[in-house]
Amino acid sequence: MTPLIEVRDLSFEYEDGTRALDGVNFRLQEGETVALLGANGSGKTTFVLQLNGILKGQGSVTVCGMPLIPENLAAIRSRIGMVFQDSDEQLFMPTVLEDVAFGPMNQGLSAEQALSRAKSALAQVGLDRVAERAPYHLSAGEKRQVALAGVLAMQPEILVLDEPTTFLDPPAQRNLYQLLRELPQAKLIVTHNIRFAAAIATRAVFFERGKLVADGPLQEIIDRFGWNYADLPAADLRYAAHRRF
Amino acid sequence: MHHVLMDQWSRGSSPLHARDARAKILALLVFLIVLATTAPQAYSTLVIDAIVLAAAILIARLPLGNLLLRAAVVLPFSILFGAISWLMGDPVRGQGLVEKSYLSTVSVLIVVGTTPFAALLQGMESLGAPRLLILLAQFVYRYLFVISEQAQHMRIAAASRQGARNQRHRRSRLHAASGALAVLFARSYQRAEGIHRAMLARGFSGRFSTLEGRAFRLSDGLFTAAVAAFLIVVRVQ
Repeated sequence: MTPLIEVRDLSFEYEDGTRALDGVNFRLQEGETVALLGANGSGKTTFVLQLNGILKGQGSVTVCGMPLIPENLAAIRSRIGMVFQDSDEQLFMPTVLEDVAFGPMNQGLSAEQALSRAKSALAQVGLDRVAERAPYHLSAGEKRQVALAGVLAMQPEILVLDEPTTFLDPPAQRNLYQLLRELPQAKLIVTHNIRFAAAIATRAVFFERGKLVADGPLQEIIDRFGWNYADLPAADLRYAAHRRF
Repeated sequence: MHHVLMDQWSRGSSPLHARDARAKILALLVFLIVLATTAPQAYSTLVIDAIVLAAAILIARLPLGNLLLRAAVVLPFSILFGAISWLMGDPVRGQGLVEKSYLSTVSVLIVVGTTPFAALLQGMESLGAPRLLILLAQFVYRYLFVISEQAQHMRIAAASRQGARNQRHRRSRLHAASGALAVLFARSYQRAEGIHRAMLARGFSGRFSTLEGRAFRLSDGLFTAAVAAFLIVVRVQ
């Protein structure tokens, strides 16, 4: 089966000479949800920005059978929906509806088609009630869901989410988890949230100093790199419970 | 915040809100030209112009007092330049500067307060304003909110680490504020980069397409023609 994403020997250096990626090989198959783990600055976000040509390194990237070359950029960006860590960077139109319709309009759809896509994407994330509101008036959780709707409206085949649970309270994280579980697209999730990754990912990869050093079942990777909360003391909730009642 | 309020005003409903942005921009241009060519002591013309503006505010159901107060933001500057003209022996010119700058500001606020910003820029673009200018204005306006929020966070963080307020601390606060401004500038630059990446990821190719493709109706043309004709007749009489 042709993989949705195939990356071969990908390396990338920032302008200041920092080597952010070093010979990365990666494959994403249809239906997979892969967690990208690793320390801050290990190259996870740099890696996902290579997949739709926002950053361009050495090596080869193929998305849905198309090599990542300038002629294919528009088609590739239609197939990879990227939800950024900071929703404020993603939401910039005057109203939520216009923002969600931004992607479909760039895909060349008519205003009616874009509007229809935007409305169904908002309904999909359960936020059709905020369609006419300004994005900056929403809560962090709502902003994240609207950012996701903006990507879903483009009907991508792959979803890339960079730290999707950052700034979200537990109920908002749960809503996001339920929503992602229902979406049929293959997913790449950059995260430090191990519980979230464990709930949703079918596989994990681990980045260390720009190298993809492990690829396999999530639990194996967590155990191998000590990437869990086992060393932290268990929370004592008695006082909180006492105050509550 | 100023732009938040104007944004709310612009999404109201009134006969003036319903007019196409281009019709309002053209009427505004005629108003500004007429005003600029009116003699500072042609009081009857200036009073009629002011009445036209007051009528527009009432028709648009904008808060009269609030809008007039906001327009007063221009007065410190125009009074300063007016005073300079007066000191240089040209008091009439100075008076004209104050009168005209205030009335111009009120007229601009009426148009901005009755036209959503996106529609306003779209209207300006279709009337021939340079695309680069429009693009810049779009970004500046949209990210005023984000930058002001960032500034607010930095102000809170600075205030949390601040001691008693004496003269010495005031000086150090000034020093901290100048540093914060530099950081805010750097962060805004980073933010702009992030925004651009997010836009590219959703297929942006350098052109904003908006959902509202509004036609210039006959009523819009009649509105502009009537306003322009009235203002010109008042001016030449």
